[in-house]
Amino acid sequence: MVFRFIVRRILEAIPSFIGICILTFLLLHLVPGGPAQAAIGPHYSAAKVAALNRALGLNKPLYTQFWIWFTHLLEGNMGTSYVYNQPVLKVIGNALPHTLELVVVAIIVSHILAVIIGTIQGYYRNTWFDHAVTTISFFFWSMPLFWLGILMVMLFSVDLGWFPSGGISSPTAVNPGLGSYVAHTALPVATLVLSTVATWMRYMRSSMVDSMVQDYVRTARAKGVSELRVVFKHALRNSLLPLITLLGLSIPALFAGALVIEEIFNYPGMGLLFWTSAFARDYPVLLGITVVVGVLTILGNLLADILYSLVDPRIQYR
Amino acid sequence: MAMDLLTPADGLEPSAPSERSRAFKRFWRHPMGKIGVIGLLFIILFSFVGPLIYRVSPDATNLLYLLTPPSVKFPLGTDELGRNYLARVMVGGQLSLIVGFASAFATMLIGIAYGLISGYAGGYVDVVMMRIVDIMLTIPGLFILLLLDAMFSPSAFVLVFIIAFTSWFGVSRLVRSEVLSIKQRDYVEAARAFGASSWHIMTRELLPNVMGTVMVASTFQVAGAIITIATLSFLGLGLPPPTPNWGELLNASMSYMYQDAWWMIYPPGICLLITMLSFNFISEALQGVLDSRR
Repeated sequence: MVFRFIVRRILEAIPSFIGICILTFLLLHLVPGGPAQAAIGPHYSAAKVAALNRALGLNKPLYTQFWIWFTHLLEGNMGTSYVYNQPVLKVIGNALPHTLELVVVAIIVSHILAVIIGTIQGYYRNTWFDHAVTTISFFFWSMPLFWLGILMVMLFSVDLGWFPSGGISSPTAVNPGLGSYVAHTALPVATLVLSTVATWMRYMRSSMVDSMVQDYVRTARAKGVSELRVVFKHALRNSLLPLITLLGLSIPALFAGALVIEEIFNYPGMGLLFWTSAFARDYPVLLGITVVVGVLTILGNLLADILYSLVDPRIQYR
Repeated sequence: MAMDLLTPADGLEPSAPSERSRAFKRFWRHPMGKIGVIGLLFIILFSFVGPLIYRVSPDATNLLYLLTPPSVKFPLGTDELGRNYLARVMVGGQLSLIVGFASAFATMLIGIAYGLISGYAGGYVDVVMMRIVDIMLTIPGLFILLLLDAMFSPSAFVLVFIIAFTSWFGVSRLVRSEVLSIKQRDYVEAARAFGASSWHIMTRELLPNVMGTVMVASTFQVAGAIITIATLSFLGLGLPPPTPNWGELLNASMSYMYQDAWWMIYPPGICLLITMLSFNFISEALQGVLDSRR
């Protein structure tokens, strides 16, 4: 049964994938100027543009262009970057691990923090602890991500000098080592975590408050189960469900957050690549990144749904 | 008009205005509601009335005072061109707020219309329309925004539509799910039995009843739009120069972090923070008021 549910969810994801491809393709090609002009730069002539359009296949009808691009995409060929003159897959492949590292570490840390703090908060609701944490989380929730990033650099890098302000490893060292990488990742991850955890904590708290008044919690207490077990086994397990859904839903926001953070910390991930490519009008790279982010989001949602179906005993597989 | 006979609810509910004022009182009594409204008023006065009182040009350069910290002459110091930073922060709020409100308004219009039609139509139309929303929700809006922004370098007016175009999906989904439950109610069935047109049912029966949800969603939308504009400007895109805005001011301030130009980094950020906090407080209070009514 679970297997059939999973297969059905995967099949449902296919139209989404094709939809993303069509949308990004249309967006990028219904534009004035055109990619050839941008590739040649300020010294373009009509002949040069026409020649390059022919070379890049940009003179064919839009649907032919899409079909060429789409079939190539399925073969893993995303075209060649105008700027780097390398296969797009390679350009994105170099940047993607850095972003994934940022996002995945942030998701894990945020989850752990949100679960711990949200649980305690939900258990001790309407106490000074709850109010204090709610107030603080409101601040982080309302704070613009880029300003938070700047403040982190100001405090921990400029004033205290604890962490480097940007890059991915020490540029002067011959063999930077793991410590250098960790130090360079600390501030970007912390910024992303602070901005995410505030929202997740609020969900975790309200979900915990809901569980604490459920029958199974009362039953567990009546059976004489210790309070610690009641909270961390009976109530927590059920409170986690909304957080799983939230994880799937917040993936686009996390990538958007990573984009801003990578720009601030000059962190060479996909966001920074997208940002520089947007200015250079490097269409294949922009297309590629949008598709990759879309696919990762679809996969994330799929994973969240499957996880949800495995954790929640009440779910119905239709 | 025969249609007017179908809306007795307007006349038969003498308690409607007083209920509204009671809801408002409850909203005002909510501590967060009060703080939110005061905070928002402060920001609006600061940005729009402030420049009328503090009559200093935000663009006048003064080469004798480059990057000076706050003083009597310059309450918030000066920037790298010796421009009065207080004047710039004040003016910087105007475009952020106007474009924020305008794009939230446009977003709500699109989202409400789409959600109403999808929910009311039901069946295959609903499935297809919501499928499109699902697809759009998987693409991070910021990526699309950045793209459109880099390609068109839009004016503030066009930016309103670009933001609306990339952020109406959540609203439409919300409205649609409300409509699905409301359209089963008796008064909607009754209106349909009387032969009311679809237009009448959507605008007179369904729309007023989703307004509560819409109001909460719209506070989020305004806050979101203001942050989006600030983020785009911070990334070096967004609103066109020369009028400063908070995001752009923060972008510029990043270059002077190592000169410890703290007066350039805190004020625009604090203004944004107050704006966001105000909206989040207001939506929290609104939710509280609407919940207690159910």
